[in-house]
Amino acid sequence: MILQPAVTCYNWHMASVAIEARDLVKTFKGGVRALAGVSLEVERGSVFGLLGPNGAGKTTAVRILTTILRPDGGSAAVLGHDVVKQPAEVRAIIGLAGQYAAVDENLTGLENLRMIGQLCQLHRKDARRRAAGLLEQFDLSEAASRPVKTYSGGMRRRLDLAAALVDQPPVLFLDEPTTGLDPFSRSSLWQVIEQLVGGGTTVLLTTQYLEEADRLCDRLAVIDHGQVIAEGTAAELKADLGANRLDLDFASPEEAEKARQVLSERLTEPMNLRESVLEVTIEAGSRAVIEALRVLDDACMVPSGMAVREPSLDDVFLALTGHGADEQ
Amino acid sequence: MTTAAVVAPSARSARPSPLRTVRDTLVIAERNLIAYVRIPEALFFSSVQPIMFVLLFRYVFGGAIKTTNPGGYVNYLMPGVFVQTVAFGAVGTAIGLAEDLQKGLIERFRSLPMARSAVLAGRTVADLCRNVAVTALITGVGYAVGFRPSHALGFLAAVLLLLLFAYALSWGFAAVGLSAPNSETAQVMSFPLLFPLTFASSAFVPVQSMPGWLQAFAKYQPVSEVIDAVRGLMVGGVPDVSGHVIISVAWAAGFFLVLAPLAVNRYRNRT
Repeated sequence: MILQPAVTCYNWHMASVAIEARDLVKTFKGGVRALAGVSLEVERGSVFGLLGPNGAGKTTAVRILTTILRPDGGSAAVLGHDVVKQPAEVRAIIGLAGQYAAVDENLTGLENLRMIGQLCQLHRKDARRRAAGLLEQFDLSEAASRPVKTYSGGMRRRLDLAAALVDQPPVLFLDEPTTGLDPFSRSSLWQVIEQLVGGGTTVLLTTQYLEEADRLCDRLAVIDHGQVIAEGTAAELKADLGANRLDLDFASPEEAEKARQVLSERLTEPMNLRESVLEVTIEAGSRAVIEALRVLDDACMVPSGMAVREPSLDDVFLALTGHGADEQ
Repeated sequence: MTTAAVVAPSARSARPSPLRTVRDTLVIAERNLIAYVRIPEALFFSSVQPIMFVLLFRYVFGGAIKTTNPGGYVNYLMPGVFVQTVAFGAVGTAIGLAEDLQKGLIERFRSLPMARSAVLAGRTVADLCRNVAVTALITGVGYAVGFRPSHALGFLAAVLLLLLFAYALSWGFAAVGLSAPNSETAQVMSFPLLFPLTFASSAFVPVQSMPGWLQAFAKYQPVSEVIDAVRGLMVGGVPDVSGHVIISVAWAAGFFLVLAPLAVNRYRNRT
């Protein structure tokens, strides 16, 4: 292998990285440590997913990268612009769509997008034209002149995403773009995001849904308690996870607890008790299922039902952190 | 260095020029005015209270209050009502910004390449426009109950003065709105600031009728100064009007110079 001179490597590296964060630390008033040293690298033109439960620090990371919040420690840059030292430069090249659908309810869809366009220094006429084009693209033309308060949740999210795209930013941040949406709205939003990525936009999105990350992201980082605890492609994470989960239903939570005690003497697999269901994370192709049933049979315990499932985000968290995604 | 290779595709300059600040301010002001026009109820209900004060003091309490100014108590009352109304209008600034914060709009604005002060300046300018409308309405109501300013020029000068003062004050309430966790709290936080200023003042009764310890505050506090100046300009009967006008303008300038940077600072650092 031929070693390249270091400086060339550096150049190549800088040009190919769209978002870079190093050891970001943020502690909020009251001592809540939202970020405890997060480092990320997002390649240009790729979709990067930040996966984690509520309160993991995903939104804080996005707010720092979009210059809304200053980090207490560490540094971050978007397309080479430091988010603390050059916030104005960063703002000119990013778009942000948040989980709270930040659009003005009293304005119409068209007025919202026109306003954003004007604030991005487009002339009124151009801003209006751009707004109309985006409304068309997001299937909101019919609702263009209605106040946003009459919009459905899915329409608001689409408008919010459109608002992030007014300036045609090369880097887009999407903070839980589909949280709280019905499945239909979710998949239509996914299509839009996929189109954008096809156009070369770099996207960093946060999500609680493995399915969403699976479908949209080239790479993922799992974040918990303000730290990145795993990183890789969705396939890598799943493989690391060990693939499957065995759900054993019992007649009562007490019986399930008893089964856990019995099983934990013989199995090393992580287990999670959810009321009367005992969830056992098992490696794909391992003998753990047979072993588990044998152990239960020896103890004269009969589950009322059982299933082997594909891993969910909960399983990723259980395996990586030892607690479920909805626990803090 | 390698930065040349990764310069942003955007050709726009990063530092907002003064012209851009003005443009952004107008865009935000327009946005807020659209909301006022679209929800006329808000404007209507914010006018109900001053109208009730006019009727209450004109017809219920007024007979018991002795004033010496020309034109009787109604002429004494109306300048006070004008100033009280625009001062309470500043609560709208606090509520509006707290709402924007709550709904995530401020986050969006902070992620845009716009002038940082424009969100606040746009809000205060819109509230200034609202104050113009409310002042016109109160003038009509006052006229209907017998208020007669002594001459038009003095009246206009007084209106300008009270709008100026209200504008400076609304920056202070912008800071309040940006410090509140939600719009309800913004409102609750605003009233204790405004009640002593507007009631322990020369708005409804002569300061001389108050107990001595209160007179000291009521006579020299900024809202009384503005009321005295406005009253002198509108209906006369106030000694040393120009002195009150100068002190009022100084208060307005002082408020603006202290409160506007404070509010912008709150806007920048709000987490």
